[in-house]
Amino acid sequence: MATSIYRPEMARLADVEQMTHLEKLFHIELPEGQDLGHDPGQFVMLSILGVGEAPISITSSPSRSNGGFELCVREVGNVTGALHTMKPGGKVGVRGPFGTGFPIDEMRGKDVLFAPGGLGLAPLRSLINQVLDERDDFGRVIILYGAKRRSELLFRDELDEWVKRDDVECLLTVDCEDEGDEWQPEQRLECNLGVITTLFPQIQVDPQNTIAITCGPPIMYRFVLMEMLDKGIPESNIYLSLERRMKCGVGKCGHCQINSLYCCQDGPVFNYANIKGFEEAL
Amino acid sequence: MSLKILDKKAVAPLVEALMADYRVVGPQAKGAKFVFDPLTDPADLRLDYDTTILPPKKVFQPQYERLATFIMGEDPEVETVIEVEPTVLLGMHTCDLHALNLLDEAFTEDYPDAHYLSRREQTLIVSMECLEPCDDESFCRSMGTLTADDGFDLHLIDLGEAFAVQIGSEAGEQLLADYADVQDATEAQVTERDHLQASKLKHFADRLNFDADELPSLLGDAYDHDYWEELQERCFACGSCTNVCPTCYCFNVVDEVNFALTEGERIRHWDSCQLDEFARVAGGENFREDRGARQRHRFMRKGKYLYERFGALGCVGCGRCIRTCPASISILKGFNTIHASLR
Repeated sequence: MATSIYRPEMARLADVEQMTHLEKLFHIELPEGQDLGHDPGQFVMLSILGVGEAPISITSSPSRSNGGFELCVREVGNVTGALHTMKPGGKVGVRGPFGTGFPIDEMRGKDVLFAPGGLGLAPLRSLINQVLDERDDFGRVIILYGAKRRSELLFRDELDEWVKRDDVECLLTVDCEDEGDEWQPEQRLECNLGVITTLFPQIQVDPQNTIAITCGPPIMYRFVLMEMLDKGIPESNIYLSLERRMKCGVGKCGHCQINSLYCCQDGPVFNYANIKGFEEAL
Repeated sequence: MSLKILDKKAVAPLVEALMADYRVVGPQAKGAKFVFDPLTDPADLRLDYDTTILPPKKVFQPQYERLATFIMGEDPEVETVIEVEPTVLLGMHTCDLHALNLLDEAFTEDYPDAHYLSRREQTLIVSMECLEPCDDESFCRSMGTLTADDGFDLHLIDLGEAFAVQIGSEAGEQLLADYADVQDATEAQVTERDHLQASKLKHFADRLNFDADELPSLLGDAYDHDYWEELQERCFACGSCTNVCPTCYCFNVVDEVNFALTEGERIRHWDSCQLDEFARVAGGENFREDRGARQRHRFMRKGKYLYERFGALGCVGCGRCIRTCPASISILKGFNTIHASLR
């Protein structure tokens, strides 16, 4: 029988961590304990048999694979809803990794500015940790992260580490404070109050030598791009990771098309200069 | 290869013989129209059909197919299913041959699709030369699909009492040797075939008001054209145009489970970029929300995007989308309208 590109490999949930009231972190092990072999910015097609399949960006770094990978998933649809009910030991289907990730080699020797919003930290974390694991290869590392509220900040342990490191400039902001939520986050993280764009005036960059990367909710991109361009960062130094509906992951089903591009193959990471003329991109 | 002659009286016995060993799919009447369907009686074959409601892509990419079966529960298992049976496809017109060449590219590129390609490999194609236009909606001449040099195993040209049979592959030649009662064409028959092919052009109108090679660059300039606003007002977003298009291959994948929730099937079915939810993500954002933008996407795929990817236009001029549209949207009129305003 011919091998089908649509056949998922059954993998095991090694651990499940509640991250916020919206997101969980899933540690997944492939059957032979092999590495997924991904690049930061790539995604997998995740299956819950009987429910369906959805594209999920990989949040762990290749540099920290430990025979598995991690997905940070918000409960938002059928597949993610079913995934959120699963416990360690449960089995999920995995296809991939697919897509074009971040241009890490192009980033070496340069300053790197990360500006994730909300769940957009998930794909960027893969790259951030890879950069931090090869810290000497890069110039300044600047992280500007915004979430709706403090309780929705993801990877708080790592944020705390990034804030404390003196070779990382990490600034956090939340749109508003929690109102006596059911979720009680630790309060130790120092946060600005306001949307992510309010962090940009607090940093100076060497624009020609800076690679800027963003990912977040659709509404966020235009405003973050304006801030980056205002800093003088060339369009061709800016990268975006985009989300689309996908049914195959391999450039066939048509759902993820952005004008003539396929988000699943040409992306999900795009150079801004290459897609700024594509109205369907944002 | 030499030209063969198949007497029309020998067609039914040939089909009968093929039916013993193959699923034989060919054009048949359905009400006042025609469809490609598996033949149960050789007499149902209508090689004189004009066009079909759905293109023969459904032989290679069925409307609904199983990709896998699976067992749910603690220890889930999944098994690939490739739905394929040896098939002879009779009577494809050359427009559909050109379309199939494009589907081949799409399903072979980068990640070969074993489901499609298995069916492709196990299907023999017997195509037919159109000597008269099927109707006023087709514009195959303008799209350069009025003839085909390849893509078939055998190709038939109607000589009146008999078909001239061009051999396109070794498999086609073998099929003739095994199943058909054919003679070598006489010199006069070869001349007649050549004459028919050379003289048929005058029967086909050139309905596109410009050279089809200009389409990619024309549409490249038409992204913000007012015409999309007009389609926004007219389109019902029913998806009929993409269903009947021989080069549309977008699909959806869904899981269907049994009532006991213990096992199920992963199903692939046709999808349409014209439907509202096609580009909507789970969070609710719809990246192609307007019907005008969705129609523009269809036009762009047919006249530009697929060309950029595969080097062949995504429109073969078969006219099916025009015939089927309840809002009378015509891709041909659209191309001409845009050309008239921009060039």
